[in-house]
Amino acid sequence: MAEDGSDDGGFHGPSIEEFFPAPVLFAGTPFELNRVMLIRLLVVVVLVIILLLATRRLKVVPTRGQAAFEFVFGFVRNNIVIETLGEKDGKRFMPLLMTIFFLTLGLNITGVIPPFNIASTALIGLPLLMALLAYVLFIYAGIKKFGFRYFKNALILPGVPIVITPLIAVLEFLSTFILRPVTLTLRLVMNMVAGHMLLVLCFSATHFFFFTVLASGNFLGLLGAGTFVFGIAFTLLEIFVAALQAYVFTILTAIYIQMSLAEEH
Amino acid sequence: MNIVGQLAPLAFGLAAIGSGIGVGIIVGKTIESVARQPELQGRLQGLMFLGIALTEALCFIAIAVAFIPFPAP
Repeated sequence: MAEDGSDDGGFHGPSIEEFFPAPVLFAGTPFELNRVMLIRLLVVVVLVIILLLATRRLKVVPTRGQAAFEFVFGFVRNNIVIETLGEKDGKRFMPLLMTIFFLTLGLNITGVIPPFNIASTALIGLPLLMALLAYVLFIYAGIKKFGFRYFKNALILPGVPIVITPLIAVLEFLSTFILRPVTLTLRLVMNMVAGHMLLVLCFSATHFFFFTVLASGNFLGLLGAGTFVFGIAFTLLEIFVAALQAYVFTILTAIYIQMSLAEEH
Repeated sequence: MNIVGQLAPLAFGLAAIGSGIGVGIIVGKTIESVARQPELQGRLQGLMFLGIALTEALCFIAIAVAFIPFPAP
């Protein structure tokens, strides 16, 4: 991460090119994999292994590891899904929402784990895919329950004067069918991009101050201690943001499904 | 004097003022309501996130503007 600190003596800040590293495997084919893709695959494998191991021998009196998993699962189950969707509908959509939560959390958290150092959700592909999944999910839920009447429910609000109904319908169409997936994607991507940029900036500045400025005898380089402390603080913040974004993504998907299923607005 | 640079970060900054205030109002009002009626917390939280999602949208549109390929003047 800090290797772009000081090659020719000048300071290089982070740039957007870091999110598009050179391909590593299968270069030139449609399946070419770069570092970020490899991280994604690795995270998925690790998630599957962890979840398999955690749920293999469940006991009535939980061990410490099982208790930790039950805490996380219970949080997603009760505080996100059941709280928003209710018992019956919640159980229908539980597997998908659970998948979205753990996948987002796992992919976000790679941004602060040392050998990876890039959140694999910081590239738009995967968040876009998950937002499209949420999009299909809430439209499917609405159509399954109401048939074609779902679109009428979604666009025409009761109690609106007939004169401004078309205007409201256009606004509702924009916010429901266009802005929802776009904002779901951009919220996740931009949070991760900004977090990565902040971390790279702090640590490459530390590297620059210590190994270029201080090494050349200038005591201004002691400023590096300050940037290092800020880097650590932002790392903690990034761990929090990773969990928060997973929570927000899941609860917004659940709320959108709930709004599709609601009888009246 | 010539000033050269991108205007996109400025656009984001201006948009962030508005949506920052908006999100603050939404969260503050939700906290107020929960303090009055703690039993409604679950539903209010849902509404709060919905409101935040809509308000924040403006901010994200401002970010996305930087990536739209406008024709050069």
